[in-house]
Amino acid sequence: MEGFFALEAYALLKVLWWVLLGVLLTGIGVMVGMDMGVGTILRYVGRTDVERRVAINVIGPHWDGNQVWFILGGGAIFAAWPLVYATAFSGFYIVMLVLLWSMIVRPLGFEYRSKMPSERWRNVWDATLFISGCIPMVVFGAAVGNVILGVPFNFDWRLTSYYTGSFISLFNPFAVLCGVMSLSLAIYMGGTRLAAAASAPVSDRARTAAVVFALVAVVVFSGCGFWVATMDGFKLVSGPAAAAAQTPLHQQVVREAGALLANYAKYPALWTFPALTYAGLILGVLSLAANRPALAWWLGALAWIGVMGTVGAAMFPFMMPSITNPSHSLTVWNSGSSLRTLGWMTGWTLVFMPLIVWYTSWAFWVMRGKVDVKDVAASEHAL
Amino acid sequence: MVNDLVVDLSRLQFASTALYHFLFVPLTLGLTVLLAVMETVYVTTGREIYRQMTQFWTKLLLINFALGVATGLTMEFQFGTNWSYYSSFVGDTFGAPLAIEGLMAFFMESTFIGLMVFGWDRLTKAQHLIVTYLVALGSNFSALWILVANSFMQHPQGAEFNPVTMRMELTSFADLFFNPDAQAKFVHTVLAGYVTAAIFVCSVSAWYLLQRRHIDFARRSFRVAAVFGVLGSAGVLTLGDALGYVGAHVQPTKLAAMEALWKSEPAPMSFTAIALPNQAEQRNDFAITVPALLSLLVTHSWSGTVPAIDELEGRARERVRNGIPAVQAMEKLSANPQDAAALAQFKAHGADVGYGFLVQRYAPGGDLTKVTDADIAQAARDAIPEVWIVFWSFRLMVGFGLLMLAYMVLATMMSLANKVETQRWFQWASVLMIPVPFLACEMGWLVAEVGRQPWSVYEMLPTWLSASTHSVSYMVFSISGFVLLYTIFAIVEIFLMLHFIKKGPEAHGHAGAAKLAGAY
Ligand code: HDD
Ligand code: HEM
Ligand code: HEM
Repeated sequence: MEGFFALEAYALLKVLWWVLLGVLLTGIGVMVGMDMGVGTILRYVGRTDVERRVAINVIGPHWDGNQVWFILGGGAIFAAWPLVYATAFSGFYIVMLVLLWSMIVRPLGFEYRSKMPSERWRNVWDATLFISGCIPMVVFGAAVGNVILGVPFNFDWRLTSYYTGSFISLFNPFAVLCGVMSLSLAIYMGGTRLAAAASAPVSDRARTAAVVFALVAVVVFSGCGFWVATMDGFKLVSGPAAAAAQTPLHQQVVREAGALLANYAKYPALWTFPALTYAGLILGVLSLAANRPALAWWLGALAWIGVMGTVGAAMFPFMMPSITNPSHSLTVWNSGSSLRTLGWMTGWTLVFMPLIVWYTSWAFWVMRGKVDVKDVAASEHAL
Repeated sequence: MVNDLVVDLSRLQFASTALYHFLFVPLTLGLTVLLAVMETVYVTTGREIYRQMTQFWTKLLLINFALGVATGLTMEFQFGTNWSYYSSFVGDTFGAPLAIEGLMAFFMESTFIGLMVFGWDRLTKAQHLIVTYLVALGSNFSALWILVANSFMQHPQGAEFNPVTMRMELTSFADLFFNPDAQAKFVHTVLAGYVTAAIFVCSVSAWYLLQRRHIDFARRSFRVAAVFGVLGSAGVLTLGDALGYVGAHVQPTKLAAMEALWKSEPAPMSFTAIALPNQAEQRNDFAITVPALLSLLVTHSWSGTVPAIDELEGRARERVRNGIPAVQAMEKLSANPQDAAALAQFKAHGADVGYGFLVQRYAPGGDLTKVTDADIAQAARDAIPEVWIVFWSFRLMVGFGLLMLAYMVLATMMSLANKVETQRWFQWASVLMIPVPFLACEMGWLVAEVGRQPWSVYEMLPTWLSASTHSVSYMVFSISGFVLLYTIFAIVEIFLMLHFIKKGPEAHGHAGAAKLAGAY
């Protein structure tokens, strides 16, 4: 696969996979975030056991399928960005474990909670659903926040990565703020979904939560934006050509004030992304007020696209900058898989992604309609 | 440099979480298929009892499935968190089947299992049956892709080491997928899952018969499972043989360890049935051998031979020597990818770069110019896995396999002769069979994975180099967390399983809930 066209195709494929990574992360935010938002506000929207079961049964048929967005996110980073997968997952070790442990109690929470009538039993699983709702979303946002700030790692000659920071430093104020942002969006998505598919009073409380957290998200997003404008970013000074096969050991990167806004200065059209975030959230609140929760859900998805796009536009071409040795930063150009792997992965994605979207939509369609308190109460001993 | 204790703790953590994951996997693999069979009978004959059977076993499947998903998430994370050098070294090749597993299998399995549970009253009978088939297909696809990935570690075919990017890169997707190891492994492992589910169902059904409850239900479940299991266990044995045959060609060190074969001998080689392997002195302290059988078993001929450990260690010494200049060339290329002399040096020695890494563990400060002959001899010795574990887990697996085949044949005959309901000794035997398939599966993985040592990617990347550079305290923290969580999980799972088995098939079901088969 030598030759000019193949090489240019390689640079394009790297960018394509960078975009696809964004799509996957957005997919996680929208689909997994929705279910986690429901978990987080479960005890608020459901005052009685039956009301809580209404909320759980709204997402019951779909949480497992949705969670695969998260698994696929991991798998796709592994396949397309192996260095990012290796460096991020091992560097963030303790945080990753906390994320993992909070996520693995979730399947049990859904599957086991209503299996026993005891109130104590159910309270325990409600707690796991809460933990597995809010912690992963906070960590998700905080990870993005840390990547924006830069991560303390470097490589030896062989590309073994070393993490040089402490794990407490990962919970710096900016990262936590980003965590609050993603949790707020998750609660908004979960709230709108419950507002659309649960019966009153669950839907009414869910609507209130969605409105409140949309407003929180608007404020936090603005705060993060101002913060980022004053922050040191990273700038690629020189390195191998974009299309060359390379490692992160042969480039020069410097830190520079305002670098995170450089892409916006160069391509003002990128401001569309932050605008989408605001538009999605504000119009979302309005449609909730107009009692159009399904529309509000879609507007929330738009807001997620806006947030992810905002971050991506600020970072490009950096995937994971290093503050220990900025020249070891991972970029779109130096941390991707080979041309052949990216090519194959593109093929598989083109075949299967449409199929997945199609049958997921069918599954939602089959389960359409409101989950009603009466029906849930009647199904205590159903399968 | 990597800390040896951290490597060992990482191995301990990976091995125990993987073995734990594989307690749930085989049952999901087999039970989803068995459910499809039962539901097919229901849809084609319209007999209510088969719907009841499908629904009851689904309930047990779900309790198991939740933990399969939870512990699978751990596995997905662990390559990055604990084997980060491994991940960047082979991610280009190994990551692809993992990602495809998500795209093709997990989405299907997980989306449709939701409909399988919630869809009873919303789908037509035919639609629901299709959904059940899709769940079974999804879980089996997932086994396919993860085993393609695993087979790449066992027999790295379809990729080549690129000294410029310092990692293994895909050269042929077809070679990766059509790895002979992957094909035998897939069928062997999936059939092992079918046997596991068959015995699980037979066992629980026999328990009802012992208690004289749900007689009709138990009788029919038993019969479906017994027939299913006979086919499964016969297949497992055949494919086990095929695996050994493939293994003899691609991983001679594993085969030698499986057979505790210390000294080379001429054909026809004798088979060691039972032995006490002594690794330090490279001999068996005690052994019962059968003349000529080994040649027949592994090469399918009287005149075939396989290399023994003494010979393999000699070969490894040569390859370690040849690997040293390869790693040195790689280091030069890392500083300057355009270095033509280093590239030529790598071309000449690159085939053994993995053996160069193997000895680097003993090089002071990683400096390969300081390696002594004793270090080289030690590295070559390392190239042989821990014989007694591989030898004994292999024998246990095979023993369990033969036991299960015998049991399944008997079970089918008894069931067809309508004798299961009356023979209490047989009902007891069936109940006691329940741990056997799970143990056999665990033993199988021990053979496969311990037998692959000291490599994480056979002859390319040593395990010690694959691990992340964590501190010991990080590892202690994570292992403690897993022990705590997984212990709780095991208790909850066993409690729920027993509770719902005791409750039995009639206690739940069909009443009310027309609009919502609400599972939760
Ligand atoms: C031979 C089969 C097999 C093997 C060797 C493995 N798995 Fe597994 N895995 C399955 C067969 C399976 C399954 C049958 O598809 C599961 C088990 C129970 C279940 O619910 O689905 C599953 C679940 C499962 C899940 C959750 C999927 C979901 O949400 O539906 C993940 C992320 C993984 N696995 C990942 C792994 C990784 C990274 C492995 C390698 C170390 C691994 N599994 C070994
Ligand atoms: C679920 C079934 C599996 C079980 C029970 C299992 C079992 C084990 C065991 C016992 C070890 C420890 C060997 C040792 O350190 O001596 C191990 C190591 C390992 N296995 Fe597996 N394995 C499974 C599946 C897989 C799969 C499918 C892969 C790859 C796709 C894999 C990759 C690894 C890796 C990376 C290590 C760590 C490095 C090493 O110690 O070799 N395993 N596994
Ligand atoms: C005569 C019977 C059997 C033979 C000859 C046999 C042979 C083998 C061999 C040679 C391996 C190692 C593959 C490698 O080279 O890595 C293996 C692995 C394994 N075996 Fe068996 N086996 C038998 C029965 C069983 C039974 C009854 C079960 C479970 C019910 C089982 C489950 C497994 C599993 C889960 C693995 C690990 C995955 C794999 O490598 O495929 N085996 N078997």
